[in-house]
Amino acid sequence: MYTEKVLDHFQNPRNQGEIENYNGMGMVGNAKCGDIMQMFIRVNDEGIIEDVGFKTFGCGAAIATSSMATEMIKGKSIDDALKLSNEAVVEALEGLPPVKIHCSVLAEEAVKAAVDDYHKRMEEKSDNK
Amino acid sequence: MKRVYLDNAATTRLIPEVLNEMLPYMTDIYGNPSSPHYFGQQSAMAVDRARQQVASAINADPSEIIFMSGGSEADNTAIRGIAERYSKKGKHIITTAVEHHAVLHTCQLLEKQGYEVTYLPVDEYGMVTAEQVRDAMRDDTILVTIMFANNEVGTIMPIAEIGKLCRERKVFFHTDAVQAVGHLPIDVQAMNIDMLSMSAHKFHGPKGIGALYVRKGIIVPALIVGGAQERNRRAGTENVPGIVGMGKAIELACSDLEAKANKMMVLRDKLIREIPLRIPEVKLNGHPTSRLPNNVNYSIKYIEGESILLMLDLNGIAASSGSACTSGSLDPSHVLLAMGLTHEVAHGSVRMTLCDDTTEEDIDYVLEVLPKVAAKLRDMSPLYHA
Repeated sequence: MYTEKVLDHFQNPRNQGEIENYNGMGMVGNAKCGDIMQMFIRVNDEGIIEDVGFKTFGCGAAIATSSMATEMIKGKSIDDALKLSNEAVVEALEGLPPVKIHCSVLAEEAVKAAVDDYHKRMEEKSDNK
Repeated sequence: MKRVYLDNAATTRLIPEVLNEMLPYMTDIYGNPSSPHYFGQQSAMAVDRARQQVASAINADPSEIIFMSGGSEADNTAIRGIAERYSKKGKHIITTAVEHHAVLHTCQLLEKQGYEVTYLPVDEYGMVTAEQVRDAMRDDTILVTIMFANNEVGTIMPIAEIGKLCRERKVFFHTDAVQAVGHLPIDVQAMNIDMLSMSAHKFHGPKGIGALYVRKGIIVPALIVGGAQERNRRAGTENVPGIVGMGKAIELACSDLEAKANKMMVLRDKLIREIPLRIPEVKLNGHPTSRLPNNVNYSIKYIEGESILLMLDLNGIAASSGSACTSGSLDPSHVLLAMGLTHEVAHGSVRMTLCDDTTEEDIDYVLEVLPKVAAKLRDMSPLYHA
């Protein structure tokens, strides 16, 4: 039911875990539905995502989409990260079963939530100056 | 890679002895049992023999056994049949919240047709009591349908007590015994069971064949019509190889039922005992003692069932889960939710079901792999804080 790419990311997740000195964190989904994704990003002064990490409670597809999403935004600008679509994540994983498409939506939302959090933190920082 | 199959509640291996019994009925003895010629009568005799084998396994009369495609058809036939035939007496049915969907969806279908269904709640172990059934009974109750043992958590219901009560109240009693036949001793007379569903592939028989026992004197109209087979109770040319296989499989399963059950229980109890010693924060689902000899069901907190199954599978272990991701819906198992588990804990359930071929080596392998799987997934989980 899963592609080799999905199984690879599931077994060998990239960028797993909380990263040091992150300045953006997003958490989406809920335990009731069986999926929670947490995304950590560290954005440098040039607006580039230097480092990224994830933590996921969920099925194989949820873990694989989180892992793939982190790979796709690492080293990119936050503007590019916001352009990440769930379709692109699915494509990079060489497909997901139809019932698992919502996992990729969650991954897209997790990235957006992390970037939103980063913006919020930056605003607070400038407000405090 | 070492492979360990612990999903015997889903289906079992067809054993060679059963297959050998079936093979001639696919090639040499191919007559239609309804045909009066030699070819047909050879098949008819085989069907009769199998009917005898199935009947004696549950202490029924051969005339009380109706062969059909499996457990789901048996459940549908019994419940819809009684509802249709006895609707003048009443339109109330009693069941439980933890039945198999073959029962639950049939009941829901009847609700749309004007029947009333009481879904009895269960306790934290997935158990109902005869008292609950008694309290739910009304003058218009026509049927009580309660599973013999639960397919997910293995809890064995107080069937003899419920049977006695139903007989006293003159209410028909059907039990879905798909998980129990071949694993637990069943006596339909002593237990006052009026109807009982079974499925051959749950006890090392072939898929696509099952039976409904219907006590003499009860009329269950056919669900499938179009022929006089099974004494007008189920139309369609008999699945002769399947029926022969079911007869042989049930005979083998019941011949040393207790010894096999004891063997499985030793290994089941080793898993139940050792898992919490090796993995912190787990919860046993199902009854601690009134439990199928082959069922282990644990929730591993903070992680999700499908990912557990997937990682077990990558290590050669086949199990099952009540997580939503494996049920094809957004909600986890209705059984676990009815037992009061939170969604989160229900999502993290793993069911391992043994058979008499399961070895201690298999169990030791699971005890080696499962803690590693749990640790790896917990390490990834935002819910887990070591």
